[in-house]
Amino acid sequence: MSMKLRIFKNILKQGFQGSWRNRGMGLASIGSITAVLVILGMVLIIILSINNIVVETKNKFDEIQIYLEDDIESEKMKEIEDKLKSSEGVTDVYFESKDEALEIMKKDWGEESYLLEGLEENPLPNSYIVKLKDIEYADNVVSKLEGIDGIEEIKYYKDVIEKLLAAANYIKVGGIIIIAILMFVSVFIISNTIKITVTARKREINIMKYVGATNGYIRGPFVIEGIILGLIGAGLSILIVNYGYEYLFKVISEKLYVIFTVYLVAPHALLKDIIIMFMAIGVGIGTLGSLISLKKFLNA
Amino acid sequence: MIKFINVSKVYEDNGAKALSNVNMFIGKGEFVFLVGPSGAGKSTIIKLLLKEIDPTSGTIILNDIDITKVKNRKVPYIRRNIGVVFQDFRLLPNKTVYENIAFAMEIIGSHPKEIRRRVPMVLSMVDLSGKAYCYPDQLSGGEHQRVAIARAIVNNPPVLIADEPTGNLDPDTAWEIMKIIKDINRRGTTVLMATHAKDIVNSMKRRVIAIEGGRVVRDEEKGVYEYEA
Repeated sequence: MSMKLRIFKNILKQGFQGSWRNRGMGLASIGSITAVLVILGMVLIIILSINNIVVETKNKFDEIQIYLEDDIESEKMKEIEDKLKSSEGVTDVYFESKDEALEIMKKDWGEESYLLEGLEENPLPNSYIVKLKDIEYADNVVSKLEGIDGIEEIKYYKDVIEKLLAAANYIKVGGIIIIAILMFVSVFIISNTIKITVTARKREINIMKYVGATNGYIRGPFVIEGIILGLIGAGLSILIVNYGYEYLFKVISEKLYVIFTVYLVAPHALLKDIIIMFMAIGVGIGTLGSLISLKKFLNA
Repeated sequence: MIKFINVSKVYEDNGAKALSNVNMFIGKGEFVFLVGPSGAGKSTIIKLLLKEIDPTSGTIILNDIDITKVKNRKVPYIRRNIGVVFQDFRLLPNKTVYENIAFAMEIIGSHPKEIRRRVPMVLSMVDLSGKAYCYPDQLSGGEHQRVAIARAIVNNPPVLIADEPTGNLDPDTAWEIMKIIKDINRRGTTVLMATHAKDIVNSMKRRVIAIEGGRVVRDEEKGVYEYEA
């Protein structure tokens, strides 16, 4: 065995001993790392689900519906139709009459459709349904129709998508702030945990310094201890996020709406990414915490 | 081996002038007593050699290396050339005598075979072969110090620094320790020993460097503790 390897083995052994000896405080550290990562997982799933919803909505609702007033002149209708057909991004223009609209509504309402039988007059308007290549073209198409009489209302889903994106953004920013604060707290808790080992071994470290141990050799066991805490925290949070979300997903799809879960991220789709990300963050927090706890001591 | 050239040290925190223009040269294999009243600057000299502190001005050369120019990162490698023994022994209470000594070899990554060979050897040099598996609390003061000496020399450093090694020991035990240090010196290790033990200095008839008020006031071969012995 080479010299480097022997030194590494010593460091590893001491690191494991240290984490076992302070397991009490270690639990607090693991708890804080787990909390950070579970919240990170939640934010991640929420953001990705909202993104999914946005993408799905974009695909499904890439149309504009233009409701016409009942007394619109046929010239105007022709003008509208021409303008729509000549607009960029329009793939299809379809005229839906009042009667068609009512039929569709009756179909949608199913058993409750008898409620619509009592109507003396059809309250639904005639409309044009414009299919677009992409929802992005909507604003442009709508602006062309401005100033034409006889249009009652123009409905499209761009604003809904914008609201969703804004919500996703708020969640992202809020999540990042919360995660940053929690990471800071975890680093602090870990550095305090490791300070206990450092203090307990102060004498030993002093002697090590006199005998010519390098700072790396002295630091090693504490960094290992931090990494162990980080990895345990990461492991726990991976289990919690994975099984917790799986359970939640099942409850939502069984008890609520299957439609809703279509938009959610599938439970195991993220597992690999989460494992890599959580392990990296756990190790990072652990290392940083232990280095901070030693900084003052080694420089003195 | 050890060279101080115009070394001065002013402690920044209280402005106290610990050493002013100290010049001394200690050759390979020499045995030197460093004497002087408390606060004269003996500890400062030892701390400078161990590079716990840096001089305010001047040059310190140890084994042909100017240690005032050595970067912090390299300090551990400088210390591997110096064995240190303290008044308060500084053993690890949760390790046996054997483990305390082996520890100094493990740190620098020695081969386990080499450790198994060297540790019993230095234990016999300090006459503690029978106590290898005792813990420090089962040892007497003199035995403590012998373990500390064994640890200091196990890596074969060219220089041994002893800071009041007999300070906590009764006279008989102190003589046992001196005999061991003398043996180590006879094998070629340079020894620098700071001490207050007048009897030891006077009867050993070795080189004495006396420090007072941060200056070398006397440096004589076969010297004594005071001017009037």
